[in-house]
Amino acid sequence: MNEQRPLTVPPKLEAARAGGLEADLKPRMEAQGLTVYYGKKVGVGNVSMPIYANRVTALIGPSGCGKTTFLRALNRMHDLTPVARVEGKALLDGQDIYAPGVDPVDVRRRIGMVFQKPNPFPTLTIYDNVIAGLKLLGVRRKNVLDEAVERSLQQAALWDEVKDRLRAPGMSLSGGQQQRLCIARALAVQPEVLLMDEPTSALDPISTQSIEDLMSELKKHVTVVIVTHNMQQAARVSDFTGYFLTGELVEFGPTSQVFTMPKDPRTEAYITGRFG
Amino acid sequence: MEPVQTRSIHVSQSPLYRALGDRLFVGAILVLCLLVIGIVLVMGWQLGSAGSEALAAFGFWGFLSGSTWDPVQNIYGAWPFILGTLLTSLGALALAFFPALAVAIFAVEYAPRWLGSALSYALELLASLPSVIYGLWGLFVLVPAVRAVQESVYFWAADYAPFLLPLLGNPIGIGMTSAVLVLAVMIIPFAATLAKDSIALVPAAQREAAYGLGATKWEVIRLAILPYARGGILAGVILALTRALGETMAVVMVIGNSNKLPFTLFGPATTIPSAVINEFGEAQGLQLSSLLALGFILFLISGALNLLAAWIVKRMSVEGRL
Ligand SMILES: Nc1ncnc2c1ncn2[C@@H]1O[C@H](COP(=O)(O)OP(=O)(O)OP(=O)(O)O)[C@@H](O)[C@H]1O
Ligand SMILES: [Mg+2]
Repeated sequence: MNEQRPLTVPPKLEAARAGGLEADLKPRMEAQGLTVYYGKKVGVGNVSMPIYANRVTALIGPSGCGKTTFLRALNRMHDLTPVARVEGKALLDGQDIYAPGVDPVDVRRRIGMVFQKPNPFPTLTIYDNVIAGLKLLGVRRKNVLDEAVERSLQQAALWDEVKDRLRAPGMSLSGGQQQRLCIARALAVQPEVLLMDEPTSALDPISTQSIEDLMSELKKHVTVVIVTHNMQQAARVSDFTGYFLTGELVEFGPTSQVFTMPKDPRTEAYITGRFG
Repeated sequence: MEPVQTRSIHVSQSPLYRALGDRLFVGAILVLCLLVIGIVLVMGWQLGSAGSEALAAFGFWGFLSGSTWDPVQNIYGAWPFILGTLLTSLGALALAFFPALAVAIFAVEYAPRWLGSALSYALELLASLPSVIYGLWGLFVLVPAVRAVQESVYFWAADYAPFLLPLLGNPIGIGMTSAVLVLAVMIIPFAATLAKDSIALVPAAQREAAYGLGATKWEVIRLAILPYARGGILAGVILALTRALGETMAVVMVIGNSNKLPFTLFGPATTIPSAVINEFGEAQGLQLSSLLALGFILFLISGALNLLAAWIVKRMSVEGRL
């Protein structure tokens, strides 16, 4: 299994590999020995990795390896699962979000989330879906809300398609548009970090394309962490990649390096499609 | 390999089985459905025709709006009974709505699991208690307490707001107030169970969408849960209302059974079911027909409310809009 095999490297990655780490790199978040238990079972164990500001970090690995579990630990979503328990630290700008006295509601306002299946609020209009989070923050001024709706929908590459029907129900959109609506909804509150769990797995290739195209724009404003099963997607959109296997972070590094010169033979096996 | 597999499929499903099985099943279901619908229609028609003597004697609107019900002079009007039925039912619903919703939200969203299921059992038990038990409780526990409160309100009003007295009526405990309270207590478990079920059906993805935006628990309930569950909650409320409309024993025991208008807040009143239960024994001729016509009216009101419930579920429920 561990035999070395020469890899064919896509030209784009070859170029990226030469780049190395940039100078302006600073971590927005950092996992330190993060472990999540479901009851006695370990969902993901002892993960330490940085999440760099204004970069896209991809989490890859076979089904059931703990990607979702790790992602949800980054904005305290496990607080909602009675059987789940989190140990270790997750720093946001140097502050542990699990420290006593930290309100998970504040954490989730700064670290937004987009889910695998589009989940717009079905009784709300497109407009009201986008401003749902702002309303929670007490924003009521119409011009502020209007601006936020346009800005978020622009960032989510949905504005042109819906600008003439903002008062239509959110459910009247196609699946891909609904997912972009959910991205706009998450962006409207201007989070520092955006966590995305397989955001394109329920979508057709064209919607997937438009969401992938978003990434390079998005990272100007936010730090993105994306879970994906699609290796090409990870290679296309991300700057850093973490490879998970059976509840462990096996490898973390710049995407170009992980995909072309993985340090761990298990990563290589996965990347070259011999496993997973 | 392939031919063997194909044959084995044919063996397990003979052509006859295929052709008959489905049709028999559909046929049986169709017959049973038509039977149920038929029973309802026949019942409505029979009530209507049995009451037609009274409806002909006083005219449909005359019977509906007539406020005299006098077996001695043989004059019958339904208005006091209709009014009493609507007042007690709507009053009970108004009192029961928020407590029922609160119990449902608490049981699903706040209570630890053991308490949630204990509450569910308690609600189902309460919903299945025979109404005569509620009547007994109303008569021996509620009515004396109501009377005590009514008396102090009455004497306060006599001193400071005498213009209220005709509205309040005599503080005798038995009457409209007690009937509304007993009915409210009876329908809370009913409405709460239905609301609880529709709240529990809200998908986790909806809750997480709201939590992910930084919503507090209460904000999640307002933003994600109640809008999603509203169709089911409203349908439950309307079904609870139809239950209140038809409730007989408990109401008869505490309402005082007086058809003398105007009704007062404290004083005795009546409803359609209590008129029927009080008079059906010795009624004959026009009086019997009038009682049946009352039944027909209740049948129409309940039918209309059930249709309204179905329409609301369709309009308001989230799945219906997809
Ligand atoms: N609520 C839960 N209760 C118990 N065990 C859980 C729960 N959620 C996840 N697990 C377990 O934790 C492990 C990691 O699951 P996780 O959902 O994080 O995997 P994943 O990498 O996201 O997989 P996929 O690619 O299929 O989404 C799995 O073994 C799973 O069975
Ligand atoms: Mg997952």
